[in-house]
Amino acid sequence: MAIAIEAEGLSKRYRLGEFQAAYGTLRESMVHAMRRLTGKEHQRDVKELWALDDVSFSVEEGEVLGVIGRNGAGKSTLLKVLTRITTPTKGRVEIRGRVGSLLEVGTGFHPELTGRENIYLNGAILGMKRREIQQKLGDMVEFSGVEGFLDTPVKRYSSGMYVRLAFSVAAHLEPEILLVDEVLAVGDAEFQRRCIGRMEDFGANGRTVLFVSHNLQAVAQLCDRVILMEHGRVAMDGPSGKVVAHYLQTSAGAGSARSWDDLDAPGDDLVRLRAVRIVDADGETVDYVDVREPVGIEIAFRVLRDGPAVLPKLKLVADGRIAFNAMDVHPRWEEPSPPGEYVATAWIPPNLLNEGLVSIDAAVCSIRSPKLHHHVSVHEAVSFHVQDPAEGGSARGSFTGQWRGVVRPLLEWDAERVR
Amino acid sequence: MSQVPSTLEERAGASTTGDAARPADSNGSSRVTVIKPAPRLPRLAFSELWHYRELLGTLVWRDVVVRYKQTFLGIAWAILVPVFTAVVYIVVFGRFADFPDGGMKYQVLVLAGVLPMQYFVSALTGSSMSLAANLNLVTKVYFPRTLLPLAAVLVPFVDFLVGIPVLVACMAFYGVWPGGLEVLTAPLFMGLAVVSALGAGLFLSAINVRYRDVRYMIPVFLQVLPLLSGVMYAVQAIPEKWQWVLACNPMTAVVAGWRWAVIDGPAPDVWQTALGFGVGGALLIFGLAVFRSSEPRFADTI
Repeated sequence: MAIAIEAEGLSKRYRLGEFQAAYGTLRESMVHAMRRLTGKEHQRDVKELWALDDVSFSVEEGEVLGVIGRNGAGKSTLLKVLTRITTPTKGRVEIRGRVGSLLEVGTGFHPELTGRENIYLNGAILGMKRREIQQKLGDMVEFSGVEGFLDTPVKRYSSGMYVRLAFSVAAHLEPEILLVDEVLAVGDAEFQRRCIGRMEDFGANGRTVLFVSHNLQAVAQLCDRVILMEHGRVAMDGPSGKVVAHYLQTSAGAGSARSWDDLDAPGDDLVRLRAVRIVDADGETVDYVDVREPVGIEIAFRVLRDGPAVLPKLKLVADGRIAFNAMDVHPRWEEPSPPGEYVATAWIPPNLLNEGLVSIDAAVCSIRSPKLHHHVSVHEAVSFHVQDPAEGGSARGSFTGQWRGVVRPLLEWDAERVR
Repeated sequence: MSQVPSTLEERAGASTTGDAARPADSNGSSRVTVIKPAPRLPRLAFSELWHYRELLGTLVWRDVVVRYKQTFLGIAWAILVPVFTAVVYIVVFGRFADFPDGGMKYQVLVLAGVLPMQYFVSALTGSSMSLAANLNLVTKVYFPRTLLPLAAVLVPFVDFLVGIPVLVACMAFYGVWPGGLEVLTAPLFMGLAVVSALGAGLFLSAINVRYRDVRYMIPVFLQVLPLLSGVMYAVQAIPEKWQWVLACNPMTAVVAGWRWAVIDGPAPDVWQTALGFGVGGALLIFGLAVFRSSEPRFADTI
C-alpha cells in the first residue's frame, strides 16, 4: 500500500512569552527592549511549550486514522501543521495527494456576496480551479438545497442555509486526504452527523482520513487505527479498540482525587482550592461508579480573608460536551464567608449520567450580579467512569447495545392500555 | 432521517465522476506536499504564487465587488472622492495659499496629482490591513500569504481606472494635452506607485499582525504624504535643496512623472526620478523580506 502521509520527528514549539507580547502593544515591546538595553531588566522569562514533540507516524492510502488525547495534548496543533496553517519547528511531513479539511467549512464566506459568488470564492480559497467549480456548481447547489436563494447575499440566509451551502462546497472538494477536527467543527447535531457520514463515505471509498476527536465512541467506530497523544508525543499507536481501551484505563481523565498543597493551590487572594475528589455513599474515593449509585463530588477550599460570599460550583463534562453546571445555592452561602477551611459535596443522583468517562471542572465563585466571578476554576480537575453492570435497575433495562446521550435519566413513565 | 442516506449515495456517485475526471486535472493525485520548518532565509517562491494565480484573481474580484455593495452611489464614489479632494485642494491651496503651479494649469495639475495619490492611499491602507482583515483565512486555510497584500494593492486600481476619464474630461475642458510620446511612460510611473504601495504594505501588514498600532499610524502618515509628494504644487517650483529631500519619497517621482507624461508638465529631474524608483524598489525588497520571514508565525500570533 502506498503511503499517504508520512511524518518524521515533527515538533512545534510555542514561546509563551512571545505570545504575551503578541497581545501587547508596540509601546510595551519598546519599553521592554529599552529596559533590556539599559540592563534594568534581564531577558524576560520565555516559557517554551512543545505542542508537538518528535511526532512520527505514517498513514497508508485508504486508512482511517483517529487521533485522540486530552486537551492540550497536541492534536489540534498536529492538524494545523498538516494543513500548513502553521509551520513546524523541526521535522518533516510528506503528503501525497490533495488535502481537504472539514475545519475549513465556510471559511472566507463573505456576507455581502451572493450564494453563487460565495461558492466561487470559497471554492477558490479551498483550492479548486475555476473550471472545476463551474463543473460542480450544479451538484453543489442541489446538495445544499438553496437553489431559490442563489442570488441573495448570504447575510440574508438563515444559519442553517449558510452551513448547508458552506458544507456543500467543502463536500465537493473531493480531496484524497481528509482531515477532520471534531472539536473545531461547529454546527448543530445534524451538521455533526453529516460530517461523520461524510467520513464514513470517504473511508468506504478507499480514501485517507485523519480524524481528531474527543468522541471515543465515534473514533472506535470509524477508525482502523488510532494514535494516542500525550504532552505533544505519540504515546500509543495501534488498532483502535486497543488504544481507546488503554486511554480509558490510564490517561483518560485526571484521576478521581486531586489535592494541592499551600504553595501551588490554585486560586486568587480570596479563595484557594485544596482538594477535589469523587466519593461514593460511604465517603470512599472511587474511580468507577455504578450508574445505579449516587456519586459525590467533594470540593475542599480555603477562604483566606473576609470578603464576599463564595460558593462552590462544578461543571460536568461527558462525551466531550458540557452536561451541566451546578452550584450550591443553599442560603448558607448568602452571608459573607469567614476565613477558614470549607468542604462541600455535590451529590449526583443515581441513574442520571450515561456510561463513560465524566470529567469535572471545579470552581469557587461569587456572584457579582449579573456576573458570576470565578475566584478559582480548574479544568478537568477530576474524572471518573460511570459503568452499568447491566443487571437491571438502570435506564437501559435489558437492552445491551449502544445508548447515546450525555445523560441517561431513569424516568417515571405513566403508561396504560387505552383501547 | 431518510434523507441522509440518499445524499450520501449522491455524494458517492459524484466522487466517482470526480475520479474519472482527475487525469485531466493538473492538480491531481500525484501532487506531493512536503512540510518542513520555515527556512532561515526567506525565499520568494514565485512558482507557488503562479500556482495560486486564480485565487489572487478571486480575492481581487471579491474586494472589487464588495467595495461598493450596499452603497447608494456605488462605483460613483470612485469618481467623487478624488474630485472632491481635488476641489478642496484647488480652492484652499490654489486660491487662498497660492501654491506654485510651475507653469501648468493649476486645476489640471491638482487632479493629475490626486488620482495616483488616491490610489496609493487606498492601496497602502488596504494592504496594511489585509492580514488582519482576513484573519479567518489566515488561521484556517493555507495559501501564500503574499496574495493578501498583493490583492489589496490591485483592488484600488479599478477606482484609479474609473477616475481616468474624469481627468481626460478636465484636460479637455482646459485644453491641456500630453506633449508627445512621453505619455507612453505613464504606466511606468503608476507601476512605481504599485510597487511602493506593495512594499510598504507588505512590511506594515506583517507588523500589524503583532502590533495593531499600525492602524493608527497609517492615517497620520497618509495625511501629510500629499504635501510631501507635491500633489498640490509643482515640485520643480520649490528650492532644489528641498526637491532632493522630497525625492526620497517615491510618490514624488510618481506625481511629477505622471504629470510630465500626461499633462505636459515640466520634465522631472532624471536623478531625482531615479532616486524615487530606487527607493520604491528597495521598499519592495525590504517589505518582502520582512513579510516572508515573519510569515510562518502569522497564524500563531495574529
